[in-house]
Amino acid sequence: MRWSAILKRLALIPPTLLGVGAIVFVLLRVVPGDPIAMMIPPGASPADIARLRALYGLDQPLLAQFVTWLGQVASGDFGRSISLRQQVFELVGARLPATLELAALAVALALMMGVAVAVVGSLLRGSRLEWLLDTANGFFLAIPDFLWALILLLGFGVLLPLLPISGRLDPQLAVAFRTHFYLIESLLTLRFDVAADLLRHMLLPSLALALPFAALVARLLKAQLAEAEDQDYAQIAHTRGFSRTTILQREVFPNALIPTVALSGVQVTLLLGGTVLVERIFSYEGIGNMAIDAVINRDFPLIQGLILTFAVLFIALNLAVDLLVAVLDPRLRHG
Amino acid sequence: MRDHQISRRTMLQLAGAAALPLAAGLPIHSARAAASTLTIAYNVNLPSFDPTVGVSAVNPTIQSIYQAIFDPYIGQAADLSFKPGLLTKWGWNEDRSKVTMELRSDATWHDGSKVTPEDVVWSLTRAADPKGGNPIQFVWSKINNFKIDGQTITADVVEFEPVLFKWMAFLTGYVLPKAYYEKVGAEGFEKAPIGSGPYKVDAFERNAFLRLKAHPGYWGPKPAFDTVVFKFVTDPTSRVAEIESGGSDITFEIPYEEFDRLKAKPNLAGLTQPISDIGMIFLTDIDPMLDRNVRLAANHAIDKKAIVEKLLRGYGVPIDTLEAPGYAAFDPSIKTACDPELAKSLLAKSGYSTAKPVKFTIQTTRGFKPKDYEMVQAIAGMWRKVGIEANIEVYEIAQHFELRARHALAPAAFYNWGNAIGDPTTSTGFAMFGPSPHSAWKGKDLIERIGPLWGEKDDAKRIAGWKAVDKYIAEEGEVIPLLQYVQPIIHKKGLKVVPQANGMILPQLVTQG
Repeated sequence: MRWSAILKRLALIPPTLLGVGAIVFVLLRVVPGDPIAMMIPPGASPADIARLRALYGLDQPLLAQFVTWLGQVASGDFGRSISLRQQVFELVGARLPATLELAALAVALALMMGVAVAVVGSLLRGSRLEWLLDTANGFFLAIPDFLWALILLLGFGVLLPLLPISGRLDPQLAVAFRTHFYLIESLLTLRFDVAADLLRHMLLPSLALALPFAALVARLLKAQLAEAEDQDYAQIAHTRGFSRTTILQREVFPNALIPTVALSGVQVTLLLGGTVLVERIFSYEGIGNMAIDAVINRDFPLIQGLILTFAVLFIALNLAVDLLVAVLDPRLRHG
Repeated sequence: MRDHQISRRTMLQLAGAAALPLAAGLPIHSARAAASTLTIAYNVNLPSFDPTVGVSAVNPTIQSIYQAIFDPYIGQAADLSFKPGLLTKWGWNEDRSKVTMELRSDATWHDGSKVTPEDVVWSLTRAADPKGGNPIQFVWSKINNFKIDGQTITADVVEFEPVLFKWMAFLTGYVLPKAYYEKVGAEGFEKAPIGSGPYKVDAFERNAFLRLKAHPGYWGPKPAFDTVVFKFVTDPTSRVAEIESGGSDITFEIPYEEFDRLKAKPNLAGLTQPISDIGMIFLTDIDPMLDRNVRLAANHAIDKKAIVEKLLRGYGVPIDTLEAPGYAAFDPSIKTACDPELAKSLLAKSGYSTAKPVKFTIQTTRGFKPKDYEMVQAIAGMWRKVGIEANIEVYEIAQHFELRARHALAPAAFYNWGNAIGDPTTSTGFAMFGPSPHSAWKGKDLIERIGPLWGEKDDAKRIAGWKAVDKYIAEEGEVIPLLQYVQPIIHKKGLKVVPQANGMILPQLVTQG
């Protein structure tokens, strides 16, 4: 990818975010459900209700509300949450690291499992075991992440209670953190007991997110490996006496990886979306869990802040994947 | 460069070292719960620590947490009766123009300072401020001009509010620390709240847990547990898993099927308590509900007993007015019989039959309350048999609030109504009085009957008046009361939990043995 292409992509980010912001802003106010109606006290008069609406700026015309919000966002002020009564930026900043750590662990697990299954599947090509592996893979692919969450919750939380099933950290642990990246911080400060507890809490939700993703990676990569293995360069290497493992490792795998990385990038954004339900099921304190409460409470400023955060994440991820594919594929790198 | 490279051997060693504590901690539940710690799998998140401002202040479900940290002005016993809290005495003067309150002298804030009458006056003044954001401001604004004499506080009555002292035991009725709040401000208070309740805040992870430690200077009985952890587990399936796995000691608000299954387990016990929360169907006074025959038929066609027994596994109490047993104006003599034949004959008078049914929409939530949608489905089935064809429309609770405030609900709308102070003003009153934004029935008939009761100074006369209104509503079929909810609580054996009629799970009342 050339610099000009990168700059072009970067230039598209502000209008994309503006579009997302505008759609969310309007949709929230058009669909039924009003935060003020949720907090009207029993004895409220029409004047009391009007006062509440004015307090949260909801008495203004839609366009005026949007312009005010846009101006605030441009200056870094995402508003104040109606239900949590704190700055949205602060709230999202405190919870986003939890989701990022969870998603990163899920992606790492998914890639490790997916690549391993794909490679083993390729080595077993043509055997009965390959069929068995493909069937199992199809099974893992068919079950969505939230269902995996429930299966894991009941399996490893109740039937075989080995792992904690709620939260991010044992409430009994008295730990002070300087950042909200608890796992990274505890690893960097060599507090392995804390890191282990965090990992124990993250294992089931990250597995729930990782399993369908791993199955997809395995299927994609295995198909790409099979295709690359049939190419001339692989056949020539074979006739020159290289072992199959060597050919797979040196010739086939790097070529099969490119389309897999490109498609996996899209899947990572879906995985991030999956955190909403999975975090809820495991009472994990990320932005996904927070988003559900925000929607239930019709907390407009918080919903807007969260959706913009998700949008930024998706855009950044897509850009990162494009760059990574360009790095891996010399054809793209050199235009 | 080489110094920064990690060899495969080193990598394996590091991985092994990192895995050791992870593996060592696997049997987590066996070691996690210290004897002096009580862990509650709680059904909602805690949005805010200020119990007097904002949406969370009027959320009855959160009050258990607030009552662990803060003291209400007046306490409430398990049966909804009132008892001393921070105030030891309270009352009106003869002509109801003044109130007198006496503050206990042995209460302290979590920072060790004394709870003073100035704190009480500041809290009441702040609550009455229209710009302060207290949702119950309309009650607190009924008194002003406070005077302090020792531990005694007096105030002038601006407008007589018969339930003023009852509110002092419930929503937003908490005393906050004046000096501390003014020092740290609203944001500072959210980050480090202090109260005078039995527990003080030790750690809070939003959407995850709240850890409390016993307040050594608490004026009341010392709680049995030094540490209380509220785990915010909002998904009912996850709460079931929490208690079943041993991750929590108590949970509640779980499906009744799961309650029956869990209470049969050897290490768990279950208890149930009818609470001050009812299921009902609002009737909006628009066509066809303007027809008395249709309203009464809709009432008489419903077999509430069958709904409770078959859908709720017996966990519910059928009711015929908006006053549940235990409420101040409960009148057991008011009955609306299940009589499908009567329903048919009433509909026939208006020209409706099973062949030519009256048609309208009924709105309901799905999953907001136990079996809400299933109940409405069952009711629609019962109605169909007598000549009512109801189209079921599912909506979110936020939509319900908005539609109700705009008087735009469908002719019938399922809802649940809580009334933790048990007074008729906060059940029949706000639900049926036309000018209330929460009323779906705007008819003059009820406005005329209810209006004079708001300021009635003779309590016996006031309660009798509300009973008469409830009787009239039942005779006119202007609302469909369905059932009083029963709260299922599951806890580990060896714990003693005191169920509260207001639905609260108070950790300070949980004991061992």
